[in-house]
Amino acid sequence: MIGGLFIYNHKGEVLISRVYRDDIGSQAADSAVFSSSEPFPWTLSRPCVPFPLRRNAVDAFRVNVIHARQQVRSPVTNIARTSFFHVKRSNIWLAAVTKQNVNAAMVFEFLYKMCDVMAAYFGKISEENIKNNFVLIYELLDEILDFGYPQNSETGALKTFITQQGIKSQHQTKEEQSQITSQVTGQIGWRREGIKYRRNELFLDVLESVNLLMSPQGQVLSAHVSGRVVMKSYLSGMPECKFGMNDKIVIEKQGKGTADETSKSGKQSIAIDDCTFHQCVRLSKFDSERSISFIPPDGEFELMRYRTTKDIILPFRVIPLVREVGRTKLEVKVVIKSNFKPSLLAQKIEVRIPTPLNTSGVQVICMKGKAKYKASENAIVWKIKRMAGMKESQISAEIELLPTNDKKKWARPPISMNFEVPFAPSGLKVRYLKVFEPKLNYSDHDVIKWVRYIGRSGIYETRC
Amino acid sequence: MTDSKYFTTTKKGEIFELKAELNSDKKEKKKEAVKKVIASMTVGKDVSALFPDVVNCMQTDNLELKKLVYLYLMNYAKSQPDMAIMAVNTFVKDCEDPNPLIRALAVRTMGCIRVDKITEYLCEPLRKCLKDEDPYVRKTAAVCVAKLHDINAQLVEDQGFLDTLKDLISDSNPMVVANAVAALSEIAESHPSSNLLDLNPQSINKLLTALNECTEWGQIFILDCLANYTPKDDREAQSICERVTPRLSHANSAVVLSAVKVLMKFMEMLSKDLDYYGTLLKKLAPPLVTLLSAEPELQYVALRNINLIVQKRPEILKHEMKVFFVKYNDPIYVKLEKLDIMIRLASQANIAQVLAELKEYATEVDVDFVRKAVRAIGRCAIKVEQSAERCVSTLLDLIQTKVNYVVQEAIVVIKDIFRKYPNKYESVIATLCENLDSLDEPEARAAMIWIVGEYAERIDNADELLESFLEGFHDESTQVQLQLLTAIVKLFLKKPTETQELVQQVLSLATQDSDNPDLRDRGYIYWRLLSTDPVAAKEVVLAEKPLISEETDLIEPTLLDELICYIGTLASVYHKPPSAFVEGGRGVVHKSLPPRTASSESTESPETAPAGAPPGEQPDVIPAQGDLLGDLLNLDLGPPVSGPPLATSSVQMGAVDLLGGGLDSLMGDEPEGIGGTNFVAPPAVAVAANLGAPIGSGLSDLFDLTSGVGTLSGSYVAPKAVWLPAMKAKGLEISGTFTRQVGSISMDLQLTNKALQVMTDFAIQFNRNSFGLAPAAPLQVHAPLSPNQTVEISLPLNTVGSVMKMEPLNNLQVAVKNNIDVFYFSTLYPLHILFVEDGKMDRQMFLATWKDIPNENETQFQIRDCPLNAEAVSSKLQSSNIFTIAKRNVEGQDMLYQSLKLTNGIWVLAELRIQPGNPNFTLSLKCRAPEVSQHVYQAYETILKN
Repeated sequence: MIGGLFIYNHKGEVLISRVYRDDIGSQAADSAVFSSSEPFPWTLSRPCVPFPLRRNAVDAFRVNVIHARQQVRSPVTNIARTSFFHVKRSNIWLAAVTKQNVNAAMVFEFLYKMCDVMAAYFGKISEENIKNNFVLIYELLDEILDFGYPQNSETGALKTFITQQGIKSQHQTKEEQSQITSQVTGQIGWRREGIKYRRNELFLDVLESVNLLMSPQGQVLSAHVSGRVVMKSYLSGMPECKFGMNDKIVIEKQGKGTADETSKSGKQSIAIDDCTFHQCVRLSKFDSERSISFIPPDGEFELMRYRTTKDIILPFRVIPLVREVGRTKLEVKVVIKSNFKPSLLAQKIEVRIPTPLNTSGVQVICMKGKAKYKASENAIVWKIKRMAGMKESQISAEIELLPTNDKKKWARPPISMNFEVPFAPSGLKVRYLKVFEPKLNYSDHDVIKWVRYIGRSGIYETRC
Repeated sequence: MTDSKYFTTTKKGEIFELKAELNSDKKEKKKEAVKKVIASMTVGKDVSALFPDVVNCMQTDNLELKKLVYLYLMNYAKSQPDMAIMAVNTFVKDCEDPNPLIRALAVRTMGCIRVDKITEYLCEPLRKCLKDEDPYVRKTAAVCVAKLHDINAQLVEDQGFLDTLKDLISDSNPMVVANAVAALSEIAESHPSSNLLDLNPQSINKLLTALNECTEWGQIFILDCLANYTPKDDREAQSICERVTPRLSHANSAVVLSAVKVLMKFMEMLSKDLDYYGTLLKKLAPPLVTLLSAEPELQYVALRNINLIVQKRPEILKHEMKVFFVKYNDPIYVKLEKLDIMIRLASQANIAQVLAELKEYATEVDVDFVRKAVRAIGRCAIKVEQSAERCVSTLLDLIQTKVNYVVQEAIVVIKDIFRKYPNKYESVIATLCENLDSLDEPEARAAMIWIVGEYAERIDNADELLESFLEGFHDESTQVQLQLLTAIVKLFLKKPTETQELVQQVLSLATQDSDNPDLRDRGYIYWRLLSTDPVAAKEVVLAEKPLISEETDLIEPTLLDELICYIGTLASVYHKPPSAFVEGGRGVVHKSLPPRTASSESTESPETAPAGAPPGEQPDVIPAQGDLLGDLLNLDLGPPVSGPPLATSSVQMGAVDLLGGGLDSLMGDEPEGIGGTNFVAPPAVAVAANLGAPIGSGLSDLFDLTSGVGTLSGSYVAPKAVWLPAMKAKGLEISGTFTRQVGSISMDLQLTNKALQVMTDFAIQFNRNSFGLAPAAPLQVHAPLSPNQTVEISLPLNTVGSVMKMEPLNNLQVAVKNNIDVFYFSTLYPLHILFVEDGKMDRQMFLATWKDIPNENETQFQIRDCPLNAEAVSSKLQSSNIFTIAKRNVEGQDMLYQSLKLTNGIWVLAELRIQPGNPNFTLSLKCRAPEVSQHVYQAYETILKN
């Protein structure tokens, strides 16, 4: 299991260090700076080493990963039989250290989770915030990682008993305490009892990111949608929810009985390649009946993630034309076409056309929006605020090149695109979200529900 | 209020100041002081001197302060064990606190204080906490047992904590169950022999129930624990799989991977014919693909695991090539792993797409990635023959870019393409030669030199090119030196007149001026060969090259199976067994996949009888396993083959290739060639040189002594058949058969002269064949054969001749010469003449080997209309060196387990199913070289029916 957890700043200074097991740094070593040429004094014995001297693991990571000259080649590093897992958030490094054959996927999931928990408590993960909250972080680490085993890490539950002020023990009644513990350890660890809202309301956001890789000839090399259903719930009590969407498998199953209805409404169903759910969803029920039922956490959470590859609506098509005129000039013409209902509007459209490194000057003409050559990014950036469906727009540019004797050809990175559209490119539709709370007297009809669809570009690239 | 100020106190005398503050009366000040202490501790300052002062702060009602002090204690208690005792009372008291959170905090912290003296005091509170009414305390106490075990294992056993922990597996609270499982699994790992985690269907059921209810982390613990269980039969395996599959939809990737591990492992036990098996395969692909949309670090872990899964069960992801296409913004470690998997999944169906992608990648910036992409193009050419031409042209395009490392990488792979498809793409040599000067890496230089040497006859200035390398001979790496030596010798053999000087120069450089023994030895061998027998030298140096394998970097099958048991863990990321990177006792236990057992036979103990049904299938991972015979020549290149060792004695090269035009030598005196050495392959395949091997029958006699023990009766002999009709051989009629008696094989020939003239000067030669059959003595026809006379000759054979795979396998091409002409014919020999006398395998070995041989290699045959009973069959087969190792009766059927060994060391394992009263037998054959199975089956037929 995880032997220790460290948080470093970009200089490699330790901000947080929590050691769970002795094996990760065994021999007393001077905490003086190591040079990378020096071998680390690892030994197999396990002498009693007080914490501050147990620095070699800490230093090894700094020297070999944070200060490494080369780009990081792997998120898992093995130095002298000690394994380091790291993730980076802005310029903060989180490293988990172990000497055992741990579950690597679990360690990374834990590190991500820890970032989420910290973000939920104090916002952005930055050196300043970490220093400002180090006592809290230690307290959290004590709770969510015991002897290297991840424990309950749901913020909702943690916040009931770990606050910036510590455990509110003095003010809790016995019932409150046992309620906390049963929640932390219980089946529904993500929700506490006794939540009350005057107005029961829920928001569903279907957020999709559509990914595309297209060849210069317009052939789709790969396309997929990765979507998320994010729910914000403000519901009283312990509501039982049931979520339905136009999943092909479900529709077909029901279609047997009510074939007329489905054909009449003309509802299109979509084939979901795979989906994953928040831990509140009863997976075994999904497996057997393909129904999504759950008791939601209070507030915002990600209900499900899914992926589709079939019948994706590609909101934009990019048609590039690059012509090399002699050795010192390039002519680029890019046409974008919007491909959705004319009544809908796409927003925040940005087309990024890469230019060679030896570009000396660029002249751009575009029909719509604004285009600029950004030398620092080696790209022409073309921005359009809004564009309706079934429209077309064009940009042409002349790129002057400096003559070079560099033999290597320009790699021609793909043209990438960003946008936001008010529909789900996968075609997913929410059919219903039913709420049952048998103990309290509000029914499904009393709940105010909001649904919103947003499609964004993921990696949306066309090669040129 | 912010905490960052605590980090800023750096002035001298700080410890002294802190001491004063810690002893302050004011609570707030105390708290501030402890925070400063913790901050100093974090950045690595030694604040152990403050131990007594900090511990004094412990007795407080303020929980925040208490927690801070605990934190300090955990870190410094070891350096001050005596002082740490002071804290014990408070701990014990806290364990009785009415607030469960405080009880848990106390027991959790106590476990973290790794001082022996304290552990004694820990026992009583821990015992209470394990039975606490509050689940939060119990789940904390469960982990505490693992902590205590880490400090003092004996104490934990003596106090009976392990039993209490086992009881917690049946706890009503899922999180308590999960933590108990985690603690027990860890303790069990350090006691491999103990039966701590006594998993049985009941406890498994409990775990599966808890699985639905506990936190994501708990699910991981439980799944990892389940993976260690071996179900008693396929039905149980299936029912567990059914309950684990819903986990594949969990948002936590670790839960998904651990579920995949359980499924991959238990799938081994399911029969492939089962509908459920197919369903399961289908269910596995989508979650694996979904893992690729996780954060990059997790993608990396997933990709390393997918790499294993693709090797073990390629069918799962064979249609998912596109998702492994590299994205421009992927981190480099993700790109490299994706590329690896792309090559593995490349097939005829998707090769066009793959190639287009690889070409894109070859223009990227990262040097490692570009190199790997270029190499991948070469691998595609070798793997998918149809694509070879496009690959070569793509590579040529890349060479035109003149980017140094791209050119070098391309040349290295083109060399392999030349080897795989000789005489096809040599037109590109000219382009390659243009880039000679830019090559600065040894591997590329060696590859280029190999190409020049190999095609010396087509390159006009080959001598000049090689000579240019010779100038700096001593500065070259060994790889290049060896290659240069071989290339120049090849050149000399092809163009002897112009290159005499050059060859002498290189030989003297290699033998006289070099300190490298490999180089020197190779130099001497060439020298001697060239000076004694240039013809033989030609045969040796310019011999046909062994095939190169299609797959590279494959993980050895047993290791792969072990790694499959470690899916999701570090071992699967490193592709190394845990013992390679974990110290001490942990993780040394080797895990292996469960054997497949049919439920009906579950009562049989595996020690006494071989498992009735074959073990789980394995993909074809031994390189070029389809051609094991070719592989024999190539042993150095392949991964070690487990199981019965292949007899690889020295590979002898018959010097004379009869059909290949060596007819002059046929007239010569010696039918046997010089024991050869194999200097053919560019990657320096040095097969043991066997220069002085005794020639002829002496050698085979020696073999006879060692092998012909016990069995006196000879194997079945077929009646003679006409091999060469007189009308095709100018009057010479040859009929014959093969026999095996007491370990020696002979070819019984009957020569009839149907011509009108006397025949003399008989000689016989065999072409190279699958098992190296060769005459052990010259053909002795004592008197001239007069017209209408018939003579019977028994020609002793050995199996040390040169080997070439024939189609069919048992085809033998023979040339017979007499004073009239040379005649050729081919015949098929029954395989049983190759069954050696020591082909009886040890029982244990049999079991292990049977399991080890991949399932694809198993073939089933029906032997019809054989009226014998099991005993008769067994004894009949025994006389032909098919040995019955075990016999048992399953549901009224006799199962015979048999083994046999071929002269070239290939073992064949057989399972013969005989139903009394039914003349049709079922024969299952398993062999590492499955192509022999058909012929072994024919041998069975022949033996049993005669």
